[in-house]
Amino acid sequence: MTRIDLEFTIDALDFVHAGEAASRVKRTLEHVGMEREVVRRASIAAYEAEMNIVIHSVGGTMKVTILPDCVEIVATDRGPGIEDIDLAMQEGYSTAPPHIREMGFGAGMGLPNMKRCADDIRIESAPGRGTTVRVIIRPRHAA
Amino acid sequence: MTTRYFHSVTLDKEKCRGCTNCIKQCPNEAIRVREGKARILEERCIDCGECIRICPNHAKLAVTDTLEKLSEFKYSIALPAPSIYGQFEPGVSIEEVLRAFIDIGFDDVFEVALAAEAVTYATRRFLENYRGSRPLISSACPAVVRFIQIHFHSLLDHIVPIDTPMEVAGAMAKAWAEQALGLKKEEVGVFFISPCPAKVTAIKQPVMKEKSNVDGAISISLLYGLLSKRVSTQMKTKGVGCSTHLAGKKETEEESHGKEGHHREGWVDLVRPLRGDNPFLSTGRGIGWGRAGGEAQALGGWSILTVDGIHNVRGVLEQVERKKLLGIDFIEAQACTGGCVGGCLTVQNPFVARVRLRVLAEQHWNKRPALDEDCLDNLIAAGAFTTKKVEPRPVMALDEDVARAIAKMDILEKTVKELPGLDCGACGSPNCRTLAEDIVRGIALETDCTFKLRERVKALAEEMADLAGKIPPAMGLEKTGGESSEGK
Ligand SMILES: Nc1ncnc2c1ncn2[C@@H]1O[C@H](COP(=O)(O)OP(=O)(O)OP(=O)(O)O)[C@@H](O)[C@H]1O
Ligand code: SF4
Ligand code: SF4
Ligand SMILES: [Mg+2]
Repeated sequence: MTRIDLEFTIDALDFVHAGEAASRVKRTLEHVGMEREVVRRASIAAYEAEMNIVIHSVGGTMKVTILPDCVEIVATDRGPGIEDIDLAMQEGYSTAPPHIREMGFGAGMGLPNMKRCADDIRIESAPGRGTTVRVIIRPRHAA
Repeated sequence: MTTRYFHSVTLDKEKCRGCTNCIKQCPNEAIRVREGKARILEERCIDCGECIRICPNHAKLAVTDTLEKLSEFKYSIALPAPSIYGQFEPGVSIEEVLRAFIDIGFDDVFEVALAAEAVTYATRRFLENYRGSRPLISSACPAVVRFIQIHFHSLLDHIVPIDTPMEVAGAMAKAWAEQALGLKKEEVGVFFISPCPAKVTAIKQPVMKEKSNVDGAISISLLYGLLSKRVSTQMKTKGVGCSTHLAGKKETEEESHGKEGHHREGWVDLVRPLRGDNPFLSTGRGIGWGRAGGEAQALGGWSILTVDGIHNVRGVLEQVERKKLLGIDFIEAQACTGGCVGGCLTVQNPFVARVRLRVLAEQHWNKRPALDEDCLDNLIAAGAFTTKKVEPRPVMALDEDVARAIAKMDILEKTVKELPGLDCGACGSPNCRTLAEDIVRGIALETDCTFKLRERVKALAEEMADLAGKIPPAMGLEKTGGESSEGK
């Protein structure tokens, strides 16, 4: 079948393994021989999605589907959800606490970066329930 | 796709015992053990030398040139890498080390450390005018450049398009010898004295230019014994030594021949004022290049990240690719721990060599730089330092066709799930995932996994037992009744 489905469980505040899922996504795209811009954009999007689950949520999953003309990343977590999505999308907006910022996160650039890399991005979130971020990336020749 | 790759790193089949130590150490998963012997997947090897370091049986070696090759040339020049200065006892001066090269048979010696100062200058100019995306990545370590070619295609444009100190030293030394001694290009042989196999490969099969300026490479470890003997006798009889260094004969004011003519004149202009008795012309800025952090220190003034050890380099490059390294202008990345003093063809403990090199660099930090900046500017303007773009090497793809590669990747993922996940390496692949990859690529079988093999044997044994119970009816043994005839 011309389709790969990857699924990763991502734990909250697990900084030891943080980034591993994104690395696996990148390695998979390398094996697939996807054009370099798609690899770059998908690496960024997967990493930011993974880190947001690690930093801001109570844990969740990241599912990645790879098709010849499309990479889809769906990051879902179990809470706490985003109050104001428009605000969260703004560059520089972050609710990361000081100890997280000390680790180099919390510039408020994750979601804006994902948007820049995506051909399509959708965020569904409900406070108390959780967040789902869906990103679509297409190779140039197929866009 | 029939590219042949040259590699300095090779296997001594006789010595290899198939112990699988090296397959796990390789940062690129480029080694397999098949039929009891290690095999390097040549399209993946970056000649970093990690396997040479780890092999307990000394079965991995680096193919380099030997002193015999000097005889192929009328005039031979040694280009010692800066890392060599850190190999000797603290009392040994750089000048003594350089003169020892004449004693062991070279006609001349020219410091790569000095060329490193020229490269530093050119890089500084480049950084000043650069408006593209940052950070830029140093081109000095060929193992890192090859690693980027394979794994970080989106970062190829970040590699500084400036020649390495080794190449610049080759151009300078050769141009000078041709001009000053009236020799033909083919008559001058320039030999890099190398800390690593990666540089050897960079000479035989360069990626940033069509043809290397350097004619050969001899390892530091091969010459170390000879050199240290001379260095110690020199110490006793101070002052005695050869001084052919760039002394030249008469300056023949011939017009240049060859296509690179205008560059050649530029190099000659740069070297001309350096002629003299003392081959030691570099300052601390060039000397320091032999250890991690030296290039950064020489550049100064920018926000520069230094990373050494190929696994660490991968981590940093991942961050660059993810656009997570903000505010960094330049990355000095070296495949070996500690930088070139950690190269696998050096002899001294890298930590010891590192501190010696640092001390030497400090001692000579305030020395007046020997290179004329106007000459350097002319050379830069003429493009003498400029390299060609680095092309990607997409060797990791499972298939040239994306759709077919995806189909194979899907099988790969399913195969991984079937394997025990112990990453024991007994199959000859570095871990279960790579075995799955090898199966998909058609260079391994699932039964190469001992556990899978055992499962299969067990199933087979059960089937045999089962079959043994199925006595043909013609043999008419009634007593088994219906119980063995479960059939399929
Ligand atoms: N999965 C999530 N669950 C809850 N809140 C989230 C989630 N993802 C993002 N947010 C909220 O949106 C804000 C902005 O996210 P964004 O990724 O842009 O920046 P950041 O994570 O704070 O910093 P950076 O990504 O630069 O390290 C976060 O600070 C957080 O308040
Ligand atoms: S480390 Fe590699 S090359 Fe050395 S003996 Fe073991 S398998 Fe052979
Ligand atoms: S760090 Fe230096 S010694 Fe090591 S591979 Fe790179 S160039 Fe060679
Ligand atoms: Mg974020």
